[in-house]
Amino acid sequence: MTATDQARTSPAADGGTEKANAFVGLSRVMLLGFVRDKGTLFFTLALPLMFLVLFGVLYKGGGTSHVKVAEVGQVKLLDQLKDQKDGPLSVLEITTFSDEESALTKVKKGELDGLVTEGPDGKLVLRFSQADQVKAGTVQGIMNSLVQTANQMASHATPAFTLDSTKVEDDSTKPIQYLTPGLLAYAVSMGAVYGASFTLVTWRKKRVLRRLRLAPISAGTIVGARVLVSVIVALAQTALFLAVAQLDYFGLKLTGNWWLVIPLVVCATLAFMSIGLVTGSLAKSEESANGINQLIILPMSFLGGAFIPLDFAPSWLQDVSRALPLRYLITPAKSVLSQGGGIADALPAMGILLGFTVVLSAVAWRFFNWDDA
Amino acid sequence: MTEAITADGIRKRYGDVQAVDGVSLSVAVGEFYGLLGPNGAGKTTTLEILEGIREADEGRVELLGMSPWPRNAKLLPRIGVQFQASAFFNKLTARETIRTFASFYGIGPKAADTMLERVGLTESAGVLTDKMSGGQAQRLSIACALVHDPELVFLDEPTTGLDPQARRNLWDLLRDINAEGRTVVLTTHYLDEAEILCDRVSVMDHGKVLKTGAPATLVREIDDTVRIRVESGMLTADRARDLLTTAGATFSNLEDDGTTLALSTHAPGPVLSMLAEENALRGLEVRGATLEDVFLQLTGREYRA
Repeated sequence: MTATDQARTSPAADGGTEKANAFVGLSRVMLLGFVRDKGTLFFTLALPLMFLVLFGVLYKGGGTSHVKVAEVGQVKLLDQLKDQKDGPLSVLEITTFSDEESALTKVKKGELDGLVTEGPDGKLVLRFSQADQVKAGTVQGIMNSLVQTANQMASHATPAFTLDSTKVEDDSTKPIQYLTPGLLAYAVSMGAVYGASFTLVTWRKKRVLRRLRLAPISAGTIVGARVLVSVIVALAQTALFLAVAQLDYFGLKLTGNWWLVIPLVVCATLAFMSIGLVTGSLAKSEESANGINQLIILPMSFLGGAFIPLDFAPSWLQDVSRALPLRYLITPAKSVLSQGGGIADALPAMGILLGFTVVLSAVAWRFFNWDDA
Repeated sequence: MTEAITADGIRKRYGDVQAVDGVSLSVAVGEFYGLLGPNGAGKTTTLEILEGIREADEGRVELLGMSPWPRNAKLLPRIGVQFQASAFFNKLTARETIRTFASFYGIGPKAADTMLERVGLTESAGVLTDKMSGGQAQRLSIACALVHDPELVFLDEPTTGLDPQARRNLWDLLRDINAEGRTVVLTTHYLDEAEILCDRVSVMDHGKVLKTGAPATLVREIDDTVRIRVESGMLTADRARDLLTTAGATFSNLEDDGTTLALSTHAPGPVLSMLAEENALRGLEVRGATLEDVFLQLTGREYRA
């Protein structure tokens, strides 16, 4: 040290005891970079949410369809039904026609499942189409039971046999139950893959990485800040998706262990980030990083069951999906969110996701470069 | 004198290109040192090896008594580095940028804002860095290199692409930084800049240091050389060659770029009287040697940035 060193005015000294933290500083930079980038906001929040709303609306009408019958003229038995809400009407949709011919045409075309008229002496006449065998059977069965019940009541006799039926827990999947975890997984993968890869590519291109290397901060601080910000983004996506899916219109009902989706999303975020680290290490420009990311995320989303439920997929596709991390978020998330799944469903998947993270991070480290030159 | 930097025989090769070919240099504490040379001379690579961003293929470097390679966390807070391209984060304002860099060194926002004021950017503190002018970006970049009060500062072509006024303003800032006792190492391809700012310069070309010394000393070594310029087109090529013969000194050089006829000579008297005889004095300019002449003498080429 020379005398002039002592004389030099230190800007740091002016700050007094005021301290700052590199981890906080970096996290803030990354969060601001995310919030201020309209493109990123759109692709990680708005677009997946639009998919959720769109698919939610499209698939809403789906599920069990009613048996549709035409009532031509007055049919006493059917008219009685209209007063009782819980009866066969829950599966029966009755349309009244005055013109028998046009109703018959509709039955022949398969637009209606049956045509009911009342003949003389309380006779119920049903004409049905054989086009859909299941529906043909259903419509005959319903009409038959209507007649039987009416007969039995008219005879005023005590029935010899009765049927007592109770509902069991509904294991079938409503569209919103697989749409929510599927599209959430898509959203989280977009956010985490892009977040990690674009940070790497732009920081390398703009020489920020190089500048960071010359600052006394560890690689752990940089990675830690990126993990924190990606997890914050992913949890914000989760909150948003669950809030929208639970609206009355979409009707997602969360079951007891739904909170397990939080550690699942965190583990999945790490796995997706490590994909982003690999692509960000390999790609030289934002454009090529974008291309590689899409080439990974889109097939992974389709094969992993983000848009279409895997339950109906052929077995080879099921096998392919097992090699992709997305599946290990979607399947357990579906289970814990709305089907009463528990820790046993979530824990193995979390382990697998962390395994992906370790392997992919090692690959990324192998290709990592501070500089393009 | 204490040395801030010593480098001994550093070499760096990229494929077929020997970017740095055996550079040795030493910079004293508190010195303003310049690495001078045209584009591609190897200045930036030399600087990067000194900073510890690149590993030299051969040779030894010591900064403040420590080796910069591999990455040395003890050394890093004591050096400040400004890059040729502005290395800023996306979507941040000037204030946010410098506060972030300050945080890496545990320095709070108040001190960061003071530094911003120092480089005259307080009024543009809220401007996004990608919306700033070239001069503003350079000043911010320098502020970011200085925010942690380093002893040794590296500046890579800080005035490239700036208008003359912005360059002059930046020179004042750089002189102040050095006057505070910091050692400053600067690369530049502007000879005037090196002459005005630097205590000592090393002239580089083709990855080698050709000569090192105070600009005034380097100039004095060739100060019997006088540079004469007139408008071109007033003499035929033959007459111009005669002129060179008349000049007939140990060192002379004639160039005609179509607008200016320039020559350096040890015998200005005969040349000037000859030009007067030919009535070819339009646009006459006579001056003593500058670093440009030093470069010319060292490389045999006219200096072109």
